[in-house]
Amino acid sequence: MTTMAERTQTTSGGATEPASGTQTLTMGKAINEGLRAAMRRDDKVMLMGEDIGPLGGVFRVTDGLQAEFGERRVVDTPLAESGIVGTAIGLAMRGYRPVCEIQFDGFVFPAFNQITTQLAKIHNRTRGAVQMPVVIRIPYGGGIGGVEHHGESPEALFAHTAGLRVVSPSTPQDAYTMIQEAIASPDPVIYFEPKSRYWGKGQVDLGAPVGTDTLNAAQVVRQGTDVTLVAYGPSTVTALKTADALAEEGRSAEVIDLRAISPIDTAAVVASVRKTGRCVVIHEAPVFFGAGAEIAARVTEECFYALEAPVLRVGGFHTPYPVAKHEHEYLPSVDRVLDAVDRAFAH
Amino acid sequence: MTTTNGSNEAIPTLQLLDPRGSRVTTRGTKGYRDRAAALTTEDLRGMYRDMVLTRRFDDEATSLQRQGELALFAPARGQEAAQVGSAYALRTQDYVFPSYREHGVLHVRGLDPVDRLRFFRGSDHGGWNPTEHNTAVYTIVIGAHALHAVGYAMGVQRDATPQDKHDGTAVITYFGDGATSQGDVNEAMVYAAVNEAPVVFFLQNNQWAISEPTTRQTKTPLYRRGEAFGMPSLRVDGNDVLAVYAATQEALERARNGEGPSFIEAFTYRMGAHTTSDDPTRYRTSDQEEEWRRRDPIDRLAALLRAEGGLDDDFEAEIKAAGDELGAKLRTGVRALDGGPAVSSTFDDVYATPHGVVAAERAWYEAYDAGDPPAPQYAIAESAQGGAR
Repeated sequence: MTTMAERTQTTSGGATEPASGTQTLTMGKAINEGLRAAMRRDDKVMLMGEDIGPLGGVFRVTDGLQAEFGERRVVDTPLAESGIVGTAIGLAMRGYRPVCEIQFDGFVFPAFNQITTQLAKIHNRTRGAVQMPVVIRIPYGGGIGGVEHHGESPEALFAHTAGLRVVSPSTPQDAYTMIQEAIASPDPVIYFEPKSRYWGKGQVDLGAPVGTDTLNAAQVVRQGTDVTLVAYGPSTVTALKTADALAEEGRSAEVIDLRAISPIDTAAVVASVRKTGRCVVIHEAPVFFGAGAEIAARVTEECFYALEAPVLRVGGFHTPYPVAKHEHEYLPSVDRVLDAVDRAFAH
Repeated sequence: MTTTNGSNEAIPTLQLLDPRGSRVTTRGTKGYRDRAAALTTEDLRGMYRDMVLTRRFDDEATSLQRQGELALFAPARGQEAAQVGSAYALRTQDYVFPSYREHGVLHVRGLDPVDRLRFFRGSDHGGWNPTEHNTAVYTIVIGAHALHAVGYAMGVQRDATPQDKHDGTAVITYFGDGATSQGDVNEAMVYAAVNEAPVVFFLQNNQWAISEPTTRQTKTPLYRRGEAFGMPSLRVDGNDVLAVYAATQEALERARNGEGPSFIEAFTYRMGAHTTSDDPTRYRTSDQEEEWRRRDPIDRLAALLRAEGGLDDDFEAEIKAAGDELGAKLRTGVRALDGGPAVSSTFDDVYATPHGVVAAERAWYEAYDAGDPPAPQYAIAESAQGGAR
């Protein structure tokens, strides 16, 4: 396997100097810079999706990339998601590293068959002879007042499928690094972009090393002693805000940003819960059969005698994603997380 | 044109060899006849031999299934000309995306016959290394692989230098009449057409999608689907190996020359059951089967070879001996597959790089299997803070 570092060394410089240094970027722009860096590094990397060329994608994440890399590497596809992923699989078989953009979460389902029955299984079906280095980028989650199919969080459906890696960044820096690590991975990666955080800004070190950590390792984003808040993607910000509120009440929350839900960095969560004794999991996806259920089961199995309270979950309901007028009651708010923390302390 | 299915009388159909084994000279087919005429007697003998061996493979595999040695088998009986004829038009560098009934194609591609039964034995999800043979493994979800073929062809286009539009590689995908109803096959045709991808859509219309006749799939002759997507499209007599060969060669040339995709409908008949689990007596008449037996693709080529002096007792005996050898190899080889990898190989190649969940579950299973006290199923590394409270 070629490591990222090796590939970096063997690639000659492009016509334009790569961006460098630390800049303040929105998450959308950070992903854009990550895509650009990956495309400059490896000319087998190509982008496919609807409206990603001259328009730059409906969220402008691919802005300027077709102008820089041309129509053969940044492909405006027909309006057919199964086709996007199915042809990406064939391109991967020919040695390319396609990065597919699904325009919105709810539109991934026409491609669900290709992702789960083909993309996830071809490496196994061929006993390792054929790798599937394909990234599926999906803007997901609610909070932007979208119409139906524009606010969903279907990550558990993909995490439940062996063969896929499922990740979601919560900061511009992670978004920048994780998209490059996803592209470098020989495994298919479903890269969920928290669309409500696209416009949030943060410091991004454009020279940050690219390895494999963010696809496997959670990050403790705030140290604490009394309760562990586990989140990923858009909910990490909610967890951090909750921790601020808890601090005012004199409670110290540790916040873990999972970054990946397949695999889940169980060790990081368990280490924290053994210290705090309480755990609340937060995600926008429905609680029922969601990632939180998996985390709660693992924490219970590994930390049974360290737990002061049952592991609690805060998330969406077992309903279709609600109309925009009601979405803020559906989404896990700071208040609902505080309520869960109170319940955990009631034990 | 009044009929769409069940009869190919009213629909223009390329035929170069009639059911009695005589070469047909129809106006407007000279280009195809020239291609067929370029086949030497030795080529035709090779095709005949491969068609007979394909049928022998079918018979042997069916027997093995009946003996309980295979879980399932999908016979190709009746489709030997469509498969062998098209495969003869391919070059080594061309890439094949089969479904699961292309035994004749896989035979011509040189795939080991035992490897081709690993899937049906239940000992492998694939059976061979696709990159060694430029031939993908079986795809069971109907039509899904048509998109992979188009993507691969888009990759071929991108590998080419701007001066030389492509590298001379063409791609072919095989699918059936049922698959033409699938969204993926239709999306594949959209993607191929707008990208002018070097790919051939090879439809074997064997008239039956398990129990459903083509009247349940279409109101128009299926080759016209290709036309509607903007591709040169043609119906050929799928039991005529010469017509199949000539049409496929022409379509592959178009692909190689940068002229984009083509669509071929090989009009044939599935003489056997869908699979060994199927019972065709529940949905079709023996009259129809008998009618198609009279158009048997192997008999037809045998008649031509006999008439042209290419088939004698010695050659028949040679093929018979090769068939016996194939049968013996399959009977021994299939049973020997059980000495394969351990159950724990289930955990292999799920991912190309380490994945914590799979690693932990493998460790648990191996300890359990070894009779050691099972570790927790989700065992993880003890952390520094472990048990500190």
